[in-house]
Amino acid sequence: MEVTQVLLNAQAVDGTVRKHAEETLKQFQEQNLAGFLLSLSGELASDEKPVDSRRLAGLILKNALDAKEQHRKFELVQRWLSLDVALKTQIKTCLLQTLSSPVPDARSTASQVVAKVAGIELPQKQWPELIGSLLSNIHQAPVHVKQATLETLGYLCEEVSPDVIDQDQVNKILTAVVQGMNASEGNNDVRLAATRALYNALGFAQANFTNDMERDYIMRVVCEATLSPELKIRQAAFECLVSISSTYYEKLAPYIQDIFNITAKAVKEDEEPVALQAVEFWSSICDEEIDILEEYGGEFTADSDVPCFYFIKQALPALVPMLLETLLKQEEDQDQDEGAWNLAMAGGTCLGLVARTVGDEIVPLVMPFIEENITKPDWRQREAATYAFGSILEGPSPDKLIPTVNVALNFMLTALTNDPNSHVKDTTAWTLGRIFEFLHGSTVETPIITQGNCQQIITILLQSMKDTPNVAEKACGALYFLAQGYEDVGISSPLTPYFQEIVQSLLTVTHREDAGESRLRTAAYETVNEVVRCSTDETSPMVLQLVPVIMMELHQTLEAQKLSSDEREKQNELQGLLCGCLQVIIQKLGASESTKYVFMQYADQIMSLFLRVFACRSATVHEEAMLAIGALAYAAGSDFAKYMPEFYKYLEMGLQNFEEYQVCAVTVGVVGDICRALDDKVLPYCDGIMTQLLKDLSSNQLHRSVKPPIFSCFGDVSLAIGENFEKYLMYAMPMLQSAAELSAHTSGADDEMIEYTNLLRNGILEAYSGIFQGFKNSPKTQLLIPYAPHILQFLDSIYMEKDMDDVVMKTAIGVLGDLADTLGSNASGLIQQSLSSKDFLNECLSSDDHLIKESAEWAKLAISRAISV
Amino acid sequence: MAPHDLRRPFKRPAISDQQKRRDLSLLRQAQSRRDAQHQARCLASTVLSFPTQNSEPVPEPQAVEEIELVPEPEPIYEESEPEQQAIDIDVRQASKLRGAEARRWFAKQLMLPEWMIDLPDRLDQDWYIFARPAGKRCFVVSSNGVTVSRLRNGSLLHRFPSALPNGAKTKDISRSAQSYCILDCIFHELDQTYYVIDMVCWAGISFYECTAEFRFFWLNNKLVETRACEAPSVFHKFRFSLVPVYNCDKEGFHIAYTGAVPYEKDGLLFYNKHAHYQTGNTPLALVWKDENCSKYVIDTDSKGHVPHQQQVVLELQDDGKLTASDDPPVVFGCLNGDFIQKTGLHSGYLLRFTVNEGGLRFVDGKLEKADLQYLGKANRARAFADSFSKIMFQYMARYSPLTVEHLLASISSSNEQENGTRDLEMSG
Repeated sequence: MEVTQVLLNAQAVDGTVRKHAEETLKQFQEQNLAGFLLSLSGELASDEKPVDSRRLAGLILKNALDAKEQHRKFELVQRWLSLDVALKTQIKTCLLQTLSSPVPDARSTASQVVAKVAGIELPQKQWPELIGSLLSNIHQAPVHVKQATLETLGYLCEEVSPDVIDQDQVNKILTAVVQGMNASEGNNDVRLAATRALYNALGFAQANFTNDMERDYIMRVVCEATLSPELKIRQAAFECLVSISSTYYEKLAPYIQDIFNITAKAVKEDEEPVALQAVEFWSSICDEEIDILEEYGGEFTADSDVPCFYFIKQALPALVPMLLETLLKQEEDQDQDEGAWNLAMAGGTCLGLVARTVGDEIVPLVMPFIEENITKPDWRQREAATYAFGSILEGPSPDKLIPTVNVALNFMLTALTNDPNSHVKDTTAWTLGRIFEFLHGSTVETPIITQGNCQQIITILLQSMKDTPNVAEKACGALYFLAQGYEDVGISSPLTPYFQEIVQSLLTVTHREDAGESRLRTAAYETVNEVVRCSTDETSPMVLQLVPVIMMELHQTLEAQKLSSDEREKQNELQGLLCGCLQVIIQKLGASESTKYVFMQYADQIMSLFLRVFACRSATVHEEAMLAIGALAYAAGSDFAKYMPEFYKYLEMGLQNFEEYQVCAVTVGVVGDICRALDDKVLPYCDGIMTQLLKDLSSNQLHRSVKPPIFSCFGDVSLAIGENFEKYLMYAMPMLQSAAELSAHTSGADDEMIEYTNLLRNGILEAYSGIFQGFKNSPKTQLLIPYAPHILQFLDSIYMEKDMDDVVMKTAIGVLGDLADTLGSNASGLIQQSLSSKDFLNECLSSDDHLIKESAEWAKLAISRAISV
Repeated sequence: MAPHDLRRPFKRPAISDQQKRRDLSLLRQAQSRRDAQHQARCLASTVLSFPTQNSEPVPEPQAVEEIELVPEPEPIYEESEPEQQAIDIDVRQASKLRGAEARRWFAKQLMLPEWMIDLPDRLDQDWYIFARPAGKRCFVVSSNGVTVSRLRNGSLLHRFPSALPNGAKTKDISRSAQSYCILDCIFHELDQTYYVIDMVCWAGISFYECTAEFRFFWLNNKLVETRACEAPSVFHKFRFSLVPVYNCDKEGFHIAYTGAVPYEKDGLLFYNKHAHYQTGNTPLALVWKDENCSKYVIDTDSKGHVPHQQQVVLELQDDGKLTASDDPPVVFGCLNGDFIQKTGLHSGYLLRFTVNEGGLRFVDGKLEKADLQYLGKANRARAFADSFSKIMFQYMARYSPLTVEHLLASISSSNEQENGTRDLEMSG
């Protein structure tokens, strides 16, 4: 088959030709995969072929080896591994040969495909000669081959995890890469490829960074590369520095002074892409130090992994002026541009991080800049001063900030009304929001919002909601935090007199013609939500009045017909906002008996609206309506049963939604709500629900984060239907058991994996708890006895593993109690033999955590009863 | 390998409101699940039989209208209800009962010690001892932000705020609605203190099925934690206090018998360490008194005088037999049909008798004959006949009391016995 023409046709402008070619390629692949891959690799390798067909050949090859979706990726890997070895050798030879091609596009494509093959084969200990053969020709090779080889090494390091490659080969790779970066390398393409390769290879250099000489060498080469005349090399070199700042923070002390000088020069003089990376270096250092200081609370003991070197604190006197300077480099319309990212934005963001890192110390360094610029005629100066002020509001203590804020508040309110520049008003409204977010609330001793200024503040914010969309959106945000500050105000809220006016103004905003810009409509509804959440009983009649209003809005979205796809998307978004708002209202009114009672008169109508929203089918709306239904079920209790016949199919649909796992997760949560609301009335739906949950668990398409809540949900079902859970035991128990075995040990896992494992354990344990409790006092308790040894073993082994978090500890010790409580004397021997009933129980009994202690006391009680009978 | 995107969030809240809604939902669900689990755990084997009536609730009567015999107010409330329907009710539901229903339920829930008429084995090994405070025996229930105390007959004593879990309406929201407590107490008038002698439920967890050893351990730990033992305050109207409990060995007995306590003593209570909390009469809790540790050894009448002859209250059965309140019933005598007819008595009536010179006669430890003389019907508020052990104790107290020397002898002899046969303790 002549593949060249087909590949060219597949890129044709003519749709029919293109479609036909794609169809041909597809058939070829399906009928003869080996031949297909081989001819593609031949096409890519052949310098006689046109570059366009070669590039596409490489791209198709790459896509035959990797995919975004985990399950698809897994299939492709298995498919490649099962191919004939001789065939694969032929393909790989073609790929390596292409790296020497004079055509840059062919080389570049080949280097990516090589990395994909390496990503599959190296972990299997296949293709051991690859790295050796790549490195063998690097010194004598022509420049273009050298460049392609370094690029390949870079991609390879991105694909493969460090533990797959032995240290000897790592050393060789790093040597080649760092030599390629060296100033003595005359060719810029080689040097750029090497610098970009180092960025990916840094994760492999753990051992080399502990060796002073090697580390010094790498750092020197990287720093020199930041001074290259070539912009792309400078930018790539700074990217390396940013990556080093987080990966090797604890090794930076000897270099930090030099790096400061380099970054300061870049921020001042270099072009924006480079300057942005230089600022990012300091933001990244802030991230590290904030993490360290948060984790250890500033006290360093021998067991803290990484000490804080206080680089930011030391650099402060020079760093702050450097960042303040950047604030004056705003772009004219950055507030209207969603994707904007410029030096002023990066500098202000970094300043905010610095404030969080050092706290009070930043205030005297920034105040003079603010005072000098805030009244200047040039809008840039006023905006920069305001932005600086807003940036440092998180971090320093309220004591340090409040005197200034009290003075500034009036100024800000005036600026928000009167400043002629929209950019200044935007930043001013944002700064007010920050003031309310960090300095207003029950934890702050001297309130900045008082009886004297409350009305003025609200009036001005409501006025600003009529301003341009970006300013109005910030004003909504400020109001959001103002309401949040009164979250636990008690019986009477200072916002009560303004509740009606605030909600009315926000609803008016949602109807603005331009509410679709700058996220304005979303911000307005979110603020309504927060105002409702933080309202008190005083205003519950008004919250109640809001129900029919929002219902009417939702009703109207359902009336629109024959929508374009663009309009449909907008409709879905609006429905999501309205369902979200109803969810908040339901949760609020459902929390107290008296308001719940009055609210329930709307339940039928609301439910029918939700069902109609479901009928529109869209992921986000689906999710929001589902969340709202969970709240409704919680409020309605057993009355919810009447909606089940109609609602059930959507519940099932939600549980089947593998692709949008958030929807699936939310639905699983709602199943729990329904189980608790309906109790044994949920029984008729349990066959369907359990089938779906079991399917979800067996699916490798479903995002793993949904699996722990599914296990918990088993417990909810069992608790609701009691011994009727019997028929599901034979399916659920083996699944729980194998998941328990998998999650018992975490040895060698990283933090993220341990965190997930603990979530999984908690889900499994909640399932066991629910099942035991469900069977309590039932004649069928006997059915659970065979599972007891394994469950006790599971408890023992996670105790031995010593890596469970507090939540798991609490649930685990509770399971011990439930087991003893339900099985009683049937299990007393087993319980007494288990480690959990002794060491683990004692550890929990002496825990400082109230919930763990409570569960442990329950367990102790249940065990003593089981044993004493 | 294009440069990496380094944009950071700009002028935006770090968390979206949608995420906040999700998180709050998850929080609510987790809390609900915890509540549901907690509730399931608290429904532990505390289901008790409870007769309910279909008629209107009866208005609350005056508390303790007439106490016939001073030291131990007997249950005075009992009416035979037409159409009683037995339903099961657990403590948690009971704590929500009001009025007559609550009285009737609580009247049956106290564990009533038998009177000590002989000496149990292994007294020093298996038993606790403590000095009983003089006063009104009652149940104290805290739930839904209020504390209520009810006398043995179920009638209300106090309704007050307390520092017990969920015992007052404070801003402490960490307690869930299911959290409630039931304590077995004696209210001591003099210092207006509730002396807690046993714990039935704590923070929603039932202790019925637990051994006394465990209950006392728990009580000691928990009561102090709540600060209920501190001086009264706005949210804590009465002080609660623990009663010092000892092992019933020589030393323990000595302290309980002669040691100073902050309350007026009314006899000694003995609790078997391994016994569960059992409602009604139980031989695993015993009361014993002599003149040294109680003002009320021998029953007095309603005017406070010791009658010349012992008086007993017995129940008339279908066949004319007169029985004590024990289960199975112990027969003290028999009324003939003519007499019953003439006086218009019916089965189920509680009748009062004096014990004449003939006294009580025993063969092989079993009551064979009692010389009784009919006095009349007992106070209509009485609920039960006297128990066998009470009649016996009172009888012995008049003629050949079980003395402190007997008790001490039993304790030290079993001590020696133990010493002789004690196994070597394994230390592993």
